[in-house]
Amino acid sequence: MAEFALPKNSKINGNGIKHAVAPGAKRAKTFRIYRWDPDTAENPRFDSYTIDLDQTGPMVLDALIKIKSEIDPTLTFRRSCREGICGSCSMNIDGTNTLACTQAIDDVKGDVQITPLPHMDVVKDLVPDFTHFYAQYASIKPWLQTVTPSPSLKERIQSPEDREKLDGLYECILCACCSTSCPSYWWNNDKFLGPAILLQAYRWLADSRDEMTGERLDELEDPFRLYRCHTIMNCSNVCPKGLNPAEAIGEIKKMMVERQL
Amino acid sequence: MGTGTQLGRVRGLGTAKSGTDHWWKQRITAISNLGLVLWFVISLVRLPDLTYATIVAWLQQPIAAVPLVLMIVSVFYHFRLGSQVLIEDYVHHEGNKVLAVLLLNFFALALGFTAVFSVLKIAFGAV
Ligand code: SF4
Ligand code: SF4
Ligand code: FES
Repeated sequence: MAEFALPKNSKINGNGIKHAVAPGAKRAKTFRIYRWDPDTAENPRFDSYTIDLDQTGPMVLDALIKIKSEIDPTLTFRRSCREGICGSCSMNIDGTNTLACTQAIDDVKGDVQITPLPHMDVVKDLVPDFTHFYAQYASIKPWLQTVTPSPSLKERIQSPEDREKLDGLYECILCACCSTSCPSYWWNNDKFLGPAILLQAYRWLADSRDEMTGERLDELEDPFRLYRCHTIMNCSNVCPKGLNPAEAIGEIKKMMVERQL
Repeated sequence: MGTGTQLGRVRGLGTAKSGTDHWWKQRITAISNLGLVLWFVISLVRLPDLTYATIVAWLQQPIAAVPLVLMIVSVFYHFRLGSQVLIEDYVHHEGNKVLAVLLLNFFALALGFTAVFSVLKIAFGAV
């Protein structure tokens, strides 16, 4: 059966450490952060850190960086661009998957609870294991494939209208916020490709220059790879880039039916 | 089977080369269910009363029996398709999954045919 309860070694223990450091702060805010260290036998715990928002940047990532550099250097998370373009800092903040660098602290009421993306193996603290997710991405062959040889010394032409069809698709930063919010992906991610990868699959199906549409559709013609999507829409609600994977999946299903009728 | 690498595991046994048919039939039976169940409810409401004699007399008309048989087929087929998806979602043990889908098929067929048979029995007047 699908696992509805946390496995024993993932249960939160009550040994969280309280780092209360914001004496005299006018705008104190507490961050409750999931901690797990693979080098100890201990179960995960929630540590809390109280910081002064007047001394912190506006985004959750600013707070994490402040905590790491001033309070607890062992806190582990991924980040790079700090402007929502690299997809590294995806995590679950206040119950919603999003990017720490574009999530304003002020938009979270009360304490800010932060956990890794749901239903992924944890490498350490807020860092999930993306190995399988990336392999799924590789499996859809995310590059231009043609039969026609490439025009010598010329680019492949695409009309502005055809280029427009890629809007809302190419902007995906593969942060996996959508896939890890999808119940179908939680239960069946061994075979279901999930919204992020299916949006990417559609990005190549929608490209006027690509000639492998049939082969690409063949690779998705499967009750699990594609049809585990039951249009629950979590993916589209959660995407921090405002993209709509559910719609892209709907378009793939439409193409599937179209070639049968 | 390339289970030795990450990509090999994702590629697995390849695609089932089916899925669209199941999904499409589920949509079609959803639409036919909607129309037929609506017809059924309206017809019942418009009957003068719901006594045994009235219902039997009503069902002996082809205009009632035929859509009712269609409704039974559509509803049971839709039920079978939908429940299979549910099983595939939540039952991960291969053996249990096959068993559950098998039982589902038997159950839906047996119940559906019993219902159709009952309607036909009344329709052909052997009451
Ligand atoms: S579709 Fe949105 S949420 Fe999903 S991976 Fe791409 S950017 Fe992230
Ligand atoms: S629409 Fe599909 S992919 Fe998106 S969350 Fe729902 S089931 Fe998952
Ligand atoms: S740090 Fe790059 S998306 Fe947040």
